[in-house]
Amino acid sequence: MLDILLDILSWILLLGGALFLLTGAIGVLRFPDFYSRLHAVSVCDTLGAGMVLLGLMLQGGLTLVTVKLMLIFYFMVFSGPTAVHALAEAAQVSGLDPVEDDREDG
Amino acid sequence: MQHLVDIVLLGLLMITGFAIVRMRSLLAVTMLTSIYSLFSALLFVVLDAVDVALTEAAIGAGISTILLLATVALTTEYEKVPSHRSLLPLLVVTLTGAALIYGTLDMPHYGDPNAPVHRHVAPDYIEDTPEEIGVPNVVTSVLASYRGYDTLGEVTVIFTAGVGVLALLGVHLRKRTEQPSDYHKLVVLRVIAKLFFPLILLFALYVLFHGDYGPGGGFQAGVIFATGFVLYALTHGLGNAERVIPPALLGILAAAGVLLYSAVGIEGMLLGGKFLEYNVLADDPVSGQHLGILLIETGVGITVAAVILIIYFGFVSRRPGGADAQDPS
Repeated sequence: MLDILLDILSWILLLGGALFLLTGAIGVLRFPDFYSRLHAVSVCDTLGAGMVLLGLMLQGGLTLVTVKLMLIFYFMVFSGPTAVHALAEAAQVSGLDPVEDDREDG
Repeated sequence: MQHLVDIVLLGLLMITGFAIVRMRSLLAVTMLTSIYSLFSALLFVVLDAVDVALTEAAIGAGISTILLLATVALTTEYEKVPSHRSLLPLLVVTLTGAALIYGTLDMPHYGDPNAPVHRHVAPDYIEDTPEEIGVPNVVTSVLASYRGYDTLGEVTVIFTAGVGVLALLGVHLRKRTEQPSDYHKLVVLRVIAKLFFPLILLFALYVLFHGDYGPGGGFQAGVIFATGFVLYALTHGLGNAERVIPPALLGILAAAGVLLYSAVGIEGMLLGGKFLEYNVLADDPVSGQHLGILLIETGVGITVAAVILIIYFGFVSRRPGGADAQDPS
């Protein structure tokens, strides 16, 4: 019973993570400028990948694999936002301004 | 299903290849080469070659991207538009490609168990490894023990590359450790880099000493080790990194790795075996093999890490601002 419950929960997390990653990808393609695209990627990436990792941890159970996945999770929680921060910082320093309102251009 | 994954990955590789050819911005090309390497690594994982995948991810997608970025920072950001027509090169490339594809027609089919490569010495290696070497990872036993000569040659090649870069470029020592002017901007990166630096080194040691049991070994560990120091140099300035690990020491370390490898070989001869025969290193052959593999992997790791850092320092220290002028800000 518990196994089935964990399996269902893990698949919910896996599919939810995939959905978030897909949303991020669509955001990169559809958003107007660099900063909003970055926003789409960073939020969805951290959440989506985190959910996928959590789902995989539930699949792994109490094994060494889960410990390794937890380490990867720990790494991603720090490295993802930092990388995006560095990207945004670099764009700002090199003089890229955000698009104020794209709708005026049609 | 398996074929679908293969086809998608190969398709993505091809698209990336075309994008690399079409792009004029060298920074974008550098990132695309990194992506190309990452796809190759995925392909290797699909082919169950996890050791190669780890190497490709660490070297191809990791360190060579950094070295390419350092090169781009030294030269120019945009590829020049060629003044001549590119018809002749296109013809040469097309003909060569056609000849290569024609050549593959004679090759055994994908995954053919009767292919010469699967029938020559590979079955012996796979069957004899549990008794003769006693390590679960056959790749390590082949690389470090059965093919110890080849690996010694590879390490020497890497050492020679490091010597070449040292002779051509040299590493310009920095007397003072100047703080970059935009210290406060890098504060997030610095904190995270400090958090990760020990973990990266720890992971490198894990990859090095766990190479007998899982994917990994000296080459990957050396690259990961060097990456930790490159991260430190990028965030804390080249001067500080050179204080942590002085370039003069790097030259010695690069030689020490190769010397350790050769010394293990000669030790085998002194104890009555052949060059690079590990069986005589300990009381029973299997622990001798374990000891020998561990020592030579350590030698490989030391040389690879030192050479990569020599190349990195050699490239980056040629810029007036050093690593600080090279990072995003």
